[in-house]
Amino acid sequence: MKRISDHPILGPLPEAREVWITVDGERLQAREGEPILAALLAHGIHVQNISRKKKAPRGLFCGIGRCTGCVMTVDGVPNVRTCVTPVRDGMVIETQEGLGKWGDRK
Amino acid sequence: MIDTDILVVGAGPAGLSAAAEAARHGARVTVVDENEKPGGQLFKQIHKFFGSRRHRAGVRGFDIGYALLDEVKSLGVEVMLDTVCYGIFPEGVGLVVSGKRDVLVEPRRIVLATGASENPLCFPGWTLPGVVGAGAVQTMINVHRVPVGERVLMVGSGNVGLIVSYQLLQSGAQVVGIVEALPKVGGYGVHAAKVRRAGVPIYTSHTVVSALPNSDNTRVKAAVIARLDENMSPIPGTEKELDVDTIAIAVGLTPMTELAFIAGAAFTYSGLLGGHIPLHDEDLMTTVEGLYVAGDVSGVEEASTALEEGRLAGVAAAASLGKIPEVEAEEKKREIRESLRDLRTGPFGDARARAKEEIVNEMAKRRGKRSA
Repeated sequence: MKRISDHPILGPLPEAREVWITVDGERLQAREGEPILAALLAHGIHVQNISRKKKAPRGLFCGIGRCTGCVMTVDGVPNVRTCVTPVRDGMVIETQEGLGKWGDRK
Repeated sequence: MIDTDILVVGAGPAGLSAAAEAARHGARVTVVDENEKPGGQLFKQIHKFFGSRRHRAGVRGFDIGYALLDEVKSLGVEVMLDTVCYGIFPEGVGLVVSGKRDVLVEPRRIVLATGASENPLCFPGWTLPGVVGAGAVQTMINVHRVPVGERVLMVGSGNVGLIVSYQLLQSGAQVVGIVEALPKVGGYGVHAAKVRRAGVPIYTSHTVVSALPNSDNTRVKAAVIARLDENMSPIPGTEKELDVDTIAIAVGLTPMTELAFIAGAAFTYSGLLGGHIPLHDEDLMTTVEGLYVAGDVSGVEEASTALEEGRLAGVAAAASLGKIPEVEAEEKKREIRESLRDLRTGPFGDARARAKEEIVNEMAKRRGKRSA
């Protein structure tokens, strides 16, 4: 997992409680309170959805919840902005196709 | 029903300092922000600020953020996080509070401090994962402590491009180069010198012409840059392929003005300040009575100017409610405006000072016409 653990200005990475999320069926570790997208990037996952028209992969652009580049289906709810939505223990996250589909809400 | 004198939208530098200033004078202030954490973009600013000591030069952005949060807390300001403001209507201000829809507020004054969002840049491959906003990179590496990529091309040599390049180096990433479309570097010389000393080449009169995908088309594999002629057109034959997995875009920001638009405020255009901006007077009040703007939403500048504009809007809003004696309020406003003038000096600041002045003049003209 890729984390910036030592930083010349910010010092060592502060401790955080670990939570577990499921991403496309795979269980992955995350830090409590971090945005879903940060956890995914730490695991080297850069594609969050496949665009509706051109079927092209999309991911992070703005990081502040404006551009919708990073939307995914989270706990059955499509179009969740992963850059501004914190992880929660047990979250089920799926790479979204196009506009996504409503699934079983947990 | 939330009962408040002044509603501030946005808990960044402008919003928090507006709230602090108004609350200090006895106004009841509520700050709303859609994020789960306050501070806006302050907490990703790990560099020391510029200017004079009065403008907190030498202090790192996140320390300013912590100090402001302490201040608003001690002044009894209510900060509502995870709260989206979706519109300003005759009936009141519409909020979604932690998913609870249609919470209506009827504040007596509103300060919009909604900030700005990063501009994209169009070129073949611009939607590939790995083409990212420079500010987004800054958030990921400095706040969330995750790398966005290993080898980065920065597009744009303004202060954001230069500072984020340096912070990428601090985070352990490699910055392969910075391209700048203009013939000279856009940002401060000291920031440029820092990245140059670290061995990062700055390609002036260059731009990115395309992002090349990896074999399964899921991420950037390389960037193609080219030299620009005097008409800003790429010169054929000067293309150069750089081995990068990330292309960070630092080509300016656009004010997030939707709420002012919904409220019916009149707008003006300033390319230098980021685009369409709500017209405002020297108290930062828009053409809608009692609606103020502060920080990037009133013209994209810097965190230091956002802090001062916030104070100005806070004082003006509180004074208009009779919370500050008129003479004292005018004195305070004068002092803050002077401080803003100090911040808007030098080769970069002078142009911004003129642009801001034009907005105030246009507003005065409009008011003159109305009363005539």
